[in-house]
Amino acid sequence: MLHFARWKIVLIVLVVAAGILTTLPNFFTAKQLESWPDFLPKNQMVLGLDLQGGAYLLYEVDQKKYIEDRFKALEGEIRDVLRENPRIGYTGLDARPESAQVRIRDLTRLDEARERLSPLVNPLVSSLFGGQPVDEFDLSVDDNGLVRFTYSEAGLDNRLQSIVQQSIEVIRKRVDELGTTEPNIQRQGTDRILVEAPGEGDPERLKDLIGETAKLTFHLVDRNMTGEQALQSRPPVGTSVFMSVDDPPIPYLLQTKPLLGGEDLVDAQVAFGQNTNEPVVTFRFNQSGAREFARVTTENVNFPFAILLDDEVISAPVIREPILGGSGQISGNFTVEGANDLAILLRAGALPAQLTVIEERSIGPGLGADSIEAGKLASIIAGAAVIVFMILAYGRFGVIADLALATNIFLIFGALTVLQATLTLPGIAGIVLTIGMAVDANVLIFERIREESRAGRSVISAIDAGYSRALGTILDANITTLIAAVILFQLGSGPVRGFAVTLAIGIFTTVFSAFTFSRLLVALWIRRRRPSALPI
Amino acid sequence: MLLRLVPDNTHIKFMWLRKFSFPLSILLVIASLAGFFTVGMNYGIDFKGGTIIEIKTDGPADIGAIRSELSALNLGDVQVQEFGASDDILIRVEEQPGGELAQQSVVQRVRTIFADDNVDFRRVEVVGPRVSGELAQAGAIAVGAALFAILIYIWFRFEWQFAVGAILTTANDVVITVGLFVLLQLDFSLSSIAAVLTIIGYSLNDTVVVYDRIRENLRKYKKRPLADILDQSINETLSRTTMTSVTTLLALIALYVFGGEVIQSFTLAMIFGIVIGTYSSIFLAAPLLILLNLRPDALSRNDGDDEKEAKANATV
Repeated sequence: MLHFARWKIVLIVLVVAAGILTTLPNFFTAKQLESWPDFLPKNQMVLGLDLQGGAYLLYEVDQKKYIEDRFKALEGEIRDVLRENPRIGYTGLDARPESAQVRIRDLTRLDEARERLSPLVNPLVSSLFGGQPVDEFDLSVDDNGLVRFTYSEAGLDNRLQSIVQQSIEVIRKRVDELGTTEPNIQRQGTDRILVEAPGEGDPERLKDLIGETAKLTFHLVDRNMTGEQALQSRPPVGTSVFMSVDDPPIPYLLQTKPLLGGEDLVDAQVAFGQNTNEPVVTFRFNQSGAREFARVTTENVNFPFAILLDDEVISAPVIREPILGGSGQISGNFTVEGANDLAILLRAGALPAQLTVIEERSIGPGLGADSIEAGKLASIIAGAAVIVFMILAYGRFGVIADLALATNIFLIFGALTVLQATLTLPGIAGIVLTIGMAVDANVLIFERIREESRAGRSVISAIDAGYSRALGTILDANITTLIAAVILFQLGSGPVRGFAVTLAIGIFTTVFSAFTFSRLLVALWIRRRRPSALPI
Repeated sequence: MLLRLVPDNTHIKFMWLRKFSFPLSILLVIASLAGFFTVGMNYGIDFKGGTIIEIKTDGPADIGAIRSELSALNLGDVQVQEFGASDDILIRVEEQPGGELAQQSVVQRVRTIFADDNVDFRRVEVVGPRVSGELAQAGAIAVGAALFAILIYIWFRFEWQFAVGAILTTANDVVITVGLFVLLQLDFSLSSIAAVLTIIGYSLNDTVVVYDRIRENLRKYKKRPLADILDQSINETLSRTTMTSVTTLLALIALYVFGGEVIQSFTLAMIFGIVIGTYSSIFLAAPLLILLNLRPDALSRNDGDDEKEAKANATV
């Protein structure tokens, strides 16, 4: 146990040196690191949001609302299809939370209706199911003429997947525009999106920017009656009442179907109005959007229209002349920041569905720094207590145990730095447990050496037997804990995972430093001093 | 002279002491379970949903005024307390009825109160109803699965009695720690789960070390009565058990005193867990093997493997 081949000594020293070298950058500021030569490692540890401050936002696609909206849209499509010539008589066209349905009056034309409606199941190209197209909706027709569209499971999965994908892109564009943080945006599960913004202590603006669907639509104003009248009575078929963002809100009676959507926008910028000098948002369409915009404005000169953002009227100008260049401007009562945010939202595009915050954690940078400060002080005191206690109990061997412990800590932080694993508060708990086990490993060995020595063995033989007998125990204890760490990592969520990662890393470094490295130190000491009595 | 916590060659009759340790543990476990099911834990927002807001005020805060302003918002159960310093205030708001969006409006409404004051929002945590249920479930499943995997491993490495004994011992520690959470009404959050996990890890480590020695002695002394072997094994490892516990406790007490408010309930639970874990690995883990009918010759058939293992170790 106490003989080390030269190459083993070199290897052990190299591992320890690598641990120290990779941990070192953490003691310096980023600025100091810049002046380091290139061959030295410069990566620093990634601190979790709980330690460095930042915002953690978990969003979920509002499935219910999305499905409802889809069925509402489907209702319109069903109407259009059945009204085409030759017209098929129907009744009870209805969009429900779970389905869109219609009853065909003339049962003899049921087959014809089915044939005409069946394209509406909307085959989707899918990467999920081996490239096989899946239908978004299931279509069922019963003998009484009831035609129902419901969501197919595969169809919904497919939609959700692309919604999340698109949403991530849109969110990234929006947040990039903000320019203050470099957030981590990722999918979580089937219908969730995680946004982590380090250093962002006050995520209100971020939330405002992400929470907005930002669906921009242009609607013609219906002039058969005013918005107030429509609120009192019933709006005519094909129109709806929309409220404005003003306080108090003003009702507008608009055609339900938009003239144009915001999909074709290519640019939006903040400008200042020529006469008013108030902030306005100018926008530009792409070619096809510009053509459509030109057609619509030409047909409706002198009519008022409304610009809606997420179904709220933000501006309702009158079309003075045809707009042929494909650009226009929105003037609401914007503040500069409001206009800027709107421009960002329009540039980044609309979210395909409403997103809801289901979990939010934001830690101010001050608190994170306080936690680190308190943690540092406490760790230093705790470490000092352990070091002194080990020396008191085991003398020279205590010093060796302390060196092994220090090595262990360097190796853990070095590994965390190299792997760029995130260190969180629960992760620190994992390190505390590891250090406990590292101390324990040395205690096990030293107590065993004492025992073997009492049983009458010579110094070297007792040390040798102490190490080899304790090995089994150390391995059993550490493997048991490693199993726990692996399972916790597989099944656990955020904080539990952070704990599991540092624990797993710590187990490997513990066995190395507390067993192999400390044994090397003992062997070197024996070789030099040739002790005749056991110092513990 | 070096420090010794336990004199060499102790001969304490631990097996005889099980007359007291078993009833004591059973009593504590029953009390903990009773407390858990009647009084219940003080679940934090991670498991119950709701909002936590920590603010730092300019100068000492007037808690009474903040409390009355908050109660005017009609947010249901609102708790306001000092958090470590007189200008550091923690506000807890219970989960609002009305789904995910309702939780979000809480923060905005609380912000309106402090709009005019120079207040730093140091921490805002909002957990919606959907997530809180999942977090609790995922945590419980992870802990359960980890325990089960350990059971299997110890069964392979030792005998089934050891596996069952280790799990019972660990379960004892976890349940009594939960009892402490109930008794002191400590906030049980996700980081408390990390504390419980640490306690499990520590307790298992301790138990495995004792079992290892028992296994070794069972192979060495095949003819001696089981109780003798168990007593001797615990006495032999007693020095190590106390040394490790005292060292770990020293470190934890330092963390508790100097580590700041955020980790205080976490370290308190760990300190308690270490004490319980040490107690159980001495007074429960080994005597349980008698209860589980371990036979002194149970390990004899493994002897062949051991020699190979010993040879393998010798060449390392």
